[in-house]
Amino acid sequence: MAKIESAFFDLSYLDALARRNTCIHRLDPRIKVIATAVFVICVVSFHKYAISAMLPFALVLVLVMGLAEVPASYVARKLLIVSPFAVMVGIFNPLLDHQPLMQLGPIVISGGWISFFSILLRFSLTVSAVLLLIASTGFNAVCMAMVKLGMPRIFAVQLLMLYRYIFVLVDEGIRIHQARALRSFQKRGLSMKTFSHLVGQLLLRTLDRAQRIHLAMLCRGFDGTIRIQRVFTITKGDLFFLANCCTVLFLLRYFDLPLYIGRLLTRLLS
Amino acid sequence: MSHHIVEVTDLTHTYPDGTMAVRGISFRIHHGESVAVVGANGAGKSTLLLHLNGYLTPQHGSVRIGDFPLTKATVQDIRKTVGMIFQDPDDQLFMPTVYDDVAFGPLNLGLPPEEVEIRVQDALVRTAVAHLRERPPYKLSGGEKRAVAIATVLAMTPDILVMDEPSSNLDPRARRTLIELLAGFHHTKIIATHDLDMVLDLCERTIVIHEGTIMADGPTLDIFNDMELLARSHLEKPFRLQGCPICSGELSR
Amino acid sequence: MHMADALLSPAVGGTMWVATAGTIAHCAKKVQRDLDDRKIPLMGVLGAFIFAAQMINFTIPATGSSGHLGGGMILAILLGPYAAFLTIASVLTVQALFFADGGLLALGCNIFNLGIFPCFISYPLIYKPIAGRRPSPTKIAIGATLGAVVALQLGALGVVVETVTSGISSLPLKPFLSVMLPIHLAIGLVEGLVTTAVVSFVWKARPEILELTAAAKPLGALNLRNVLAGLMVAAVVTGGALSWFASSSPDGLEWSMFKVTGSEELDAPEEGVHHTLATLQEKTAFLPDYGFKQSSPTESIENSEPETSSWPMIDSGTSTSGLVGGILTLMMAAALGLLFKRRAHTV
Ligand SMILES: Nc1ncnc2c1ncn2[C@@H]1O[C@H](COP(=O)(O)OP(=O)(O)OP(=O)(O)O)[C@@H](O)[C@H]1O
Ligand SMILES: [Mg+2]
Repeated sequence: MAKIESAFFDLSYLDALARRNTCIHRLDPRIKVIATAVFVICVVSFHKYAISAMLPFALVLVLVMGLAEVPASYVARKLLIVSPFAVMVGIFNPLLDHQPLMQLGPIVISGGWISFFSILLRFSLTVSAVLLLIASTGFNAVCMAMVKLGMPRIFAVQLLMLYRYIFVLVDEGIRIHQARALRSFQKRGLSMKTFSHLVGQLLLRTLDRAQRIHLAMLCRGFDGTIRIQRVFTITKGDLFFLANCCTVLFLLRYFDLPLYIGRLLTRLLS
Repeated sequence: MSHHIVEVTDLTHTYPDGTMAVRGISFRIHHGESVAVVGANGAGKSTLLLHLNGYLTPQHGSVRIGDFPLTKATVQDIRKTVGMIFQDPDDQLFMPTVYDDVAFGPLNLGLPPEEVEIRVQDALVRTAVAHLRERPPYKLSGGEKRAVAIATVLAMTPDILVMDEPSSNLDPRARRTLIELLAGFHHTKIIATHDLDMVLDLCERTIVIHEGTIMADGPTLDIFNDMELLARSHLEKPFRLQGCPICSGELSR
Repeated sequence: MHMADALLSPAVGGTMWVATAGTIAHCAKKVQRDLDDRKIPLMGVLGAFIFAAQMINFTIPATGSSGHLGGGMILAILLGPYAAFLTIASVLTVQALFFADGGLLALGCNIFNLGIFPCFISYPLIYKPIAGRRPSPTKIAIGATLGAVVALQLGALGVVVETVTSGISSLPLKPFLSVMLPIHLAIGLVEGLVTTAVVSFVWKARPEILELTAAAKPLGALNLRNVLAGLMVAAVVTGGALSWFASSSPDGLEWSMFKVTGSEELDAPEEGVHHTLATLQEKTAFLPDYGFKQSSPTESIENSEPETSSWPMIDSGTSTSGLVGGILTLMMAAALGLLFKRRAHTV
């Protein structure tokens, strides 16, 4: 339970962050969605053993994070908790791939280790980028932006309603759960039977609620289509940001900046 | 505007599981009247109200709103006339922000954007929640949610307001605000409630329902002073009429 | 099991995105055309319900570990395939955006793996023909369990194929499959049991709800020939997958995977596949942190609890090891779980 409560703390915390007013927040949501997509695609398109070439992307993220006033500690904490399927799978790389790729003094580093760290880096970058998008835009605006970018409206409505009722239903779930916990004295987990009663109960209430919501919608002239009025305007500033952002990302993708700097430095030193 | 009459004749409703929730109810409510519907839990109040905006169609008997009998053909128009406020505002606030919620109805009416904007702003100002405009509904207090729920209905400019337990789950202050708000409306009002003190404040007429039938229908004060009737309908005299100066609010006035 | 951006190549991620986006658009059209506008709020709150339900953990029978609902099958049963697919997609999107479960690019894969199979394979081809229009507790149980197992097997297959073809991970197809499939067999069985329990509960309390969706014909008339044809396709797909992972010698595909991952320059013959597999087996007798809980978001940390870290040995070389190994592991897990349970009681 604690876990999920903290997850929902996250929801409201991200929501609160999204209501700030910085230059990043003020950008058109569509611009931010596209920029995030470009960022993610650039990162995942690096070859398997890329590490240093990817680092400038972290720089970009940190920069935007700073501008958007999103606490880096929060993002870092999220990265640590997030379910690491990637890490779990990646950890096999060092075991499977012994091809020596790099020599640091006496230590030879295999391709496996490098690709493993590459996976970790990719993971951190892509996850932070998405968190940053939500923290600087807000879920509702992201959904509406996606509609303008061609997502079916009914799917957006689905997302918005899901998000709206998470809070209500989690409350209800917690109440049902506590009512049971108060009546049972052992702290052990639920048996399958109790669980199914609990969840079944929650499901029945949910179905009733859906019916009442439908009624409330009908009362206000619902005819099967949900209309949301939202005007977004892309300003010159928005376009300027997007153009710059894409240029920088593409440049960073195709020119291995750290490598050049490294070469330059070694040449200077030698 | 004398045509905003609500007329229910010999209405009966049986749920699919065989529960006879409403058994032959008849009444007539005139324009501008404010009527309370009271009765014990399970008396059939909510079921009755669900007929007034056509969510349930009469199985037997009839419902007339204004000049129209309620049928499949008229239900759309009737829903524009009758605004319904539900017991749990969470059921009524299903959109991502307060603004979207209040605009939902006007947008469905096909109004132009400027008109929608005017209606939303007007409804929010009337319910004193204009400052909550951009907030998501789950971040509102119970009282604020209720006020926004009322705004969503007002934005449809209904002539008749139907409310199911509007004061439940409100703290005393939010309840008081709500009562003042409702007292300021000149709509025809039909309020199902257990809050008899609120009835004293808002409704000159009361209909008592017991097990699906009407036990009494008359001026609120007469009904609340009829101890025998109240006992038979599983109700209690409101505190304020019990002659206690503290409960009756005399001291605070 | 959520796919992650970090393991995906743009080509694989993009392909799955396109496939998923197409399916979403198709389903959106179907749902919009479906005259039942009750479904719109119903889908919304059921999505939220899945979240709320996932926070409640239960004890998996005969083991000490805990699991939670996945929900794909329940949604398909309650909503029919199109609406259920949209709902599953929305749940996964919110997970991706807020709980960083997977990521943007991987979202396509995740929706595909966890949505397509329960909605368009298990529900129409398994659950519906079995449960029929007049469901009974037994029919619900068989249909839901089989459906959940098949959906999760195919989903796991999806994860493996996407990971391996992306080539970011060095894991070869066969051992990866031989771990994922048995684990998901177990997860599928549990999911099936839970789905059965919840659906039966609803069915007992309000049979009309299930009859409503059972009577609605969201797939059009589903005639027997279509069902048979579908089952054939499913059989071929599953058979193909099984024979892949049962074949004992490294096959062409696997070698090509190695080419793709760029590890073809493995320096010595003894450094080849068999050697690596052996090393793998040697070094990772246990897959840490990989239990039932893994299919959930954000709980990696609790996963280090002893009960859940008891997952299967990698049985790399021999054929048909998958299923046998899976059952064996299940039993081992059960035994270990019991052991822990007893310890917990005596302490
Ligand atoms: N969906 C339903 N299916 C079957 N029976 C129902 C349903 N809804 C209500 N009932 C039954 O109909 C009767 C009247 O219910 P109703 O909700 O109208 O009462 P109420 O006066 O509003 O009660 P309360 O004060 O508790 O809100 C009750 O006996 C109730 O159990
Ligand atoms: Mg009621």
